[in-house]
Amino acid sequence: MRVTFTANGKPVEADDVWEGESLLYVLRERVGLPGSKNACEQGECGSCTVYLDGTPVCSCLVAAGQVQDREVRTVEGLTDGEELGLVQQAFVDAGAVQCGFCTPGLLVQTDALLDRSPQPSDTDIREALSGNLCRCTGYEKIMDAVRLASARKCQKVGTSE
Amino acid sequence: MEFLRPATWDEALAAKAEHPTALPISGGTDVMVEMNFDVHRPSALLDLNRITELTEWSITDGVVRLGAAVPYSRIIDELSEPLPGLARAAHTVGSPQIRNRGGVGGNLGGASPAGDAHPALLAAGRDVYVEACSVRGTRLIPIDEFYVGVKRNSLEKDELIRSVFIPVADGPQQFSKIGTRNAMVIAVCAFGFALHPKNHTVGTGIGSAAPTPRRAVEAEQYLQGVLEERGLWESGDLLGTEVIQKFGELVKAAASPIDDVRGTADYRRHSLAVMARRTLTWTWNDYSKQIRSAA
Ligand SMILES: Cc1cc2nc3c(=O)[nH]c(=O)nc-3n(C[C@H](O)[C@H](O)[C@H](O)COP(=O)(O)OP(=O)(O)OC[C@H]3O[C@@H](n4cnc5c(N)ncnc54)[C@H](O)[C@@H]3O)c2cc1C
Ligand code: FES
Ligand code: FES
Repeated sequence: MRVTFTANGKPVEADDVWEGESLLYVLRERVGLPGSKNACEQGECGSCTVYLDGTPVCSCLVAAGQVQDREVRTVEGLTDGEELGLVQQAFVDAGAVQCGFCTPGLLVQTDALLDRSPQPSDTDIREALSGNLCRCTGYEKIMDAVRLASARKCQKVGTSE
Repeated sequence: MEFLRPATWDEALAAKAEHPTALPISGGTDVMVEMNFDVHRPSALLDLNRITELTEWSITDGVVRLGAAVPYSRIIDELSEPLPGLARAAHTVGSPQIRNRGGVGGNLGGASPAGDAHPALLAAGRDVYVEACSVRGTRLIPIDEFYVGVKRNSLEKDELIRSVFIPVADGPQQFSKIGTRNAMVIAVCAFGFALHPKNHTVGTGIGSAAPTPRRAVEAEQYLQGVLEERGLWESGDLLGTEVIQKFGELVKAAASPIDDVRGTADYRRHSLAVMARRTLTWTWNDYSKQIRSAA
């Protein structure tokens, strides 16, 4: 079947999609957006997290046909023009990226958290990231990255007002 | 395989009647795991995402009508007051991403004995009904009659779940779940408990400790008897350890668990008694406080 939807603001079209195929597969293999990672295909790791109509979900658990005419935003859509976006830059600066497999999902989930609450407590951060597994960092650097992103975001809001 | 994408509820019912072997897909958090691992290849997927009324809830005459596809995250945000037991259960489901997609309709559709909504629904009172619809009409299935076997429910092949009717809480409700960690964990066992002061009843629900979710009927009857005889609904006085202990033992006796990878039957029985005692103590303390502050 054919599936058309919006990915990072642009209309995309995927052909020959198998009816049981996941959105993750379509993104990675059919429309050239391999940023979202496939690490478990069962909702356990969060590496495939994307926004679906503004809500973060595991793209491995969304059937491709379910996104017809809907809006998807992936890690590729978190950039600020040609530059890395605020959350992406904070992860780089805090050294929160090792192998990088978990990173795309963490970035989307962090972006959503800071959108909702720009100054989250450590408990809020842990709760928000409880569905994102990382095998490398031990999470401390990830906590640092989210705190850094939060500080920068609050500063930015402060200066623009 | 086909992908059916009805735009309205009537179209969905017509599609299910025409394709009785089509597998409904809502949040996909159970269905897509099966697709990805090729556990099961249905003749068709029947997508319910387009049907907006499934994602709505309303309250009429003290009863919540919860759309089958209202995701857990919205149950937590929007319904913690009228449905405290279910909201607590929802909070233990998977992860934020899973709670953004999964809902009670999918939990009921799968009817896994480990589904976390079930103990909360069973405990929420006698008047909980699953609204099952087909082109032939609508049935309200009492929640006690809904679960018929391991991962089997009483839906007919042409039926879809439209909503669940759940009375607004009139007393404290609790949910407790045992797992190896806090996030992302299938229950080793779970227990839902509710006080219903209006009609002097209590509700229980046992999860993951029998082929189907079930009530602890004798435990409910015992506790109701004690509360009535001693006038405790009116006084809000202490229950005493003997009553709490006996209640825990009766809940334990109501289970028929198995040994599996998540835990042994013995461990499940033991933890059910503990959860029953705890949830009873928590809810009764809250209830006593309400009585005292009203006096
Ligand atoms: C990582 C992970 C963690 C999880 N953790 C938990 C947990 O802690 N507790 C828990 O209870 N569950 C858990 N689950 C399982 C799942 O999220 C829940 O069962 C959820 O409620 C399913 O809802 P859904 O909308 O995603 O269902 P779907 O996957 O869309 O459907 C599930 C079943 O219900 C049927 N169905 C769906 N909607 C309807 C309808 N309207 N009418 C008739 N049939 C219907 C489908 O055909 C299918 O058989 C977890 C799953 C994952 C992947
Ligand atoms: S790949 Fe989707 S959650 Fe792991
Ligand atoms: S950096 Fe390797 S999994 Fe997180």
